[in-house]
Amino acid sequence: MALGIFFKRKRGYFLLRTGRLQPWLFIGPALLLLSFFLVYPSIHTTVLSFFGRPYSAGAEGFIGVENYKHFFTDRSMLTAFRNNALWVVIFTTFTVCFGLMFATLLDRVRYEKIIKAIVFIPMAISMVGASVIWKFVYAFRPAGANQVGLLNAIVVFFGGKPVGWLIERPWINNWCLIIVGIWIWTGFCMVILSAAYKNIPRELMEAARIDGASEWQVFWRIILPILKPTVAVVTTTMIVFVLKIFDIVYVMTNGNFSTEVIANRMYKEMFSFYRYGRASAIAVVLLLLIIPVMLFNIRRFREQETVR
Amino acid sequence: MLRKILAMAAVLSLVGAVGILGFAQKQVVIAVVWSGAELEAFEKTLIPFEEDTGIDVVIESVGRDLPAVLVTRLAVGNPPDLAAMPNPGQMKEFANQGALVALEGIVDLSESSKAFIDLAKVDDRVYGLFISADLKSLVWYSPKAFAAKGYEVPTSWPAMIELCNKIVADGGTPWALGMESGAASGWVGTDWVEDIMLRTAGPDLYDKWVSYEISWRHPAVKKAWEYFGQIVQQPNYIYGGAPGALMIFFGDSPNALFTDPPEAYMHRQATFIQSFILNANPDLVPGEDYDIFPFPPISPIFGNPLLGAGDLISAFNDTAETRALLNYLASAEAQGIWCKALGKLAVNKTVDPSIYPDPITVKAAEMLANAEVFRFDGSDLMPAAVGAGTFWSGVLDFVSGIPLDTVLASIEASAIDAYTK
Repeated sequence: MALGIFFKRKRGYFLLRTGRLQPWLFIGPALLLLSFFLVYPSIHTTVLSFFGRPYSAGAEGFIGVENYKHFFTDRSMLTAFRNNALWVVIFTTFTVCFGLMFATLLDRVRYEKIIKAIVFIPMAISMVGASVIWKFVYAFRPAGANQVGLLNAIVVFFGGKPVGWLIERPWINNWCLIIVGIWIWTGFCMVILSAAYKNIPRELMEAARIDGASEWQVFWRIILPILKPTVAVVTTTMIVFVLKIFDIVYVMTNGNFSTEVIANRMYKEMFSFYRYGRASAIAVVLLLLIIPVMLFNIRRFREQETVR
Repeated sequence: MLRKILAMAAVLSLVGAVGILGFAQKQVVIAVVWSGAELEAFEKTLIPFEEDTGIDVVIESVGRDLPAVLVTRLAVGNPPDLAAMPNPGQMKEFANQGALVALEGIVDLSESSKAFIDLAKVDDRVYGLFISADLKSLVWYSPKAFAAKGYEVPTSWPAMIELCNKIVADGGTPWALGMESGAASGWVGTDWVEDIMLRTAGPDLYDKWVSYEISWRHPAVKKAWEYFGQIVQQPNYIYGGAPGALMIFFGDSPNALFTDPPEAYMHRQATFIQSFILNANPDLVPGEDYDIFPFPPISPIFGNPLLGAGDLISAFNDTAETRALLNYLASAEAQGIWCKALGKLAVNKTVDPSIYPDPITVKAAEMLANAEVFRFDGSDLMPAAVGAGTFWSGVLDFVSGIPLDTVLASIEASAIDAYTK
């Protein structure tokens, strides 16, 4: 209001009329909020990442790149690095492949809606809730006792010995954790890919079939190329998400037994060990890892939008 | 205008007067970490004091961030009169800064048990008052199960190993051990190592270990872990072997003692595990169906020291009200109310044992009162990156089969980094 009066007196809504101010007025609130809640914390975090311990007894002040050095040399940090890579590869591959599979195959099934709902339901459960549920699935009781864990109950039923799923390092337990993630997020990939699949004109596929293409060929030559932009967006979204993976690991193993991931390490340094500098350095590295994927994602999304 | 200023002045002076009047009422401020049931119990403990003395006790429930808050308030010269310290390590830090009031001559400590007075000493001066304790050096067992098999309570480490072998020979499993505790997994194991360290190396070396005056590669530290290995690295000794120890929730693990036939015979855990046992097995009678014996001594030189934790109060300001409150908290009356409400053990030796809810707590209180050496849970005294970090994960790694030297090297690496000196 006041602004409007000001301009009216001087130049008679000049700025508003020429449209120089108008876009700023619209974008202003969002920009303000973003800079307050995103830009400022990011800068502050980056600054903190060059500082040592905050408390009086052993306060260290500015320590340069020490925190980053720690990040790339500490043994548990390196384990976290390896595991994050494992998560990115396995989790992303399986969520996207399963999502694609459900999206294309369920289209031909009579009970499509029910099955899709079932696949999607885990999305409605919080990550912590899902982790707690799966912790029960993987629970261990010694041989001879009542197996309270579903998986070990099955193993024992078929005459096997109960397995300590979450402590068998380094492959079994990491797989067990990643499966939980896949279980939750496959539904998300399925829904988006299915929507894109339904948009493919049926004539294209029918024409191919009439020309004698097998179903396999229809999938690889028609469906997949058309879905490619969507698959790319879903894949990058999954990668961005899984780089930050935290809840599942925190709840189920807390990074013990070589299951550590970067974000859980960040939490520990921050809230358990009060090493704000180190936690900030981890956050910055994580951010730097995610930025290229985000840029790629945005570009793909734009391309897709222009095609439409 | 003038009238306005006058009115303002009047209001201000009135406010000032009320402020001064308020100040005149005797009051003492105490900052605590407690909330919930503990805070309620503490408020209840203070009622008789407030009624008798007319001193108003202001409790500030700060929560887990208490150390940070105290550091900040000290820096600006406005500490609370009293504070419940999270642990003796924190107290020592404040005492070394000269922030705490020495309590000799101010507080009557004649009724406190000696071990706890020693524990609150820094350079031979007492800087804290322990009002209660939890005892950790306890082994829980079922007297009925022991009697049925003719087992006897072991009073030395070799006797305990012998008993373990006997149980295994009879087709049983000696220990119920569960170290799973969510994000805090591992603390059960560190308690074991600490208890053993106290018995094999003695309290002096234990203190040096906790304050990192000796390295994690020191032979005494290694020896303590090896003793722990004598138990946990014998798959026959632990219910469920290593996976059982690593994956069973600590609160569930003692239940193995009470199945028929027993899945295990012994369980080493602190006083508080009783509530877990009774929760899962409400029909059990304390003293008959389950009982405790002290974790057996290992070296005859160091006898039977006790490991535990306690509630500790230190003073930042020396006022008449502070002194009065500290003396009250040292008394049998205050500790009686506090311990009865929470099932904790009193540090005041004259507290009537009848306040304790069951024979087990009475027994634990007796053990505590007669303790020659008491040491605070070491992992609580170490910097969190070690005590709640690599020590926890190290114990889990050790039990899962990682070689001891690797485990100790990784704890050592984090200790070099975490201790500030």
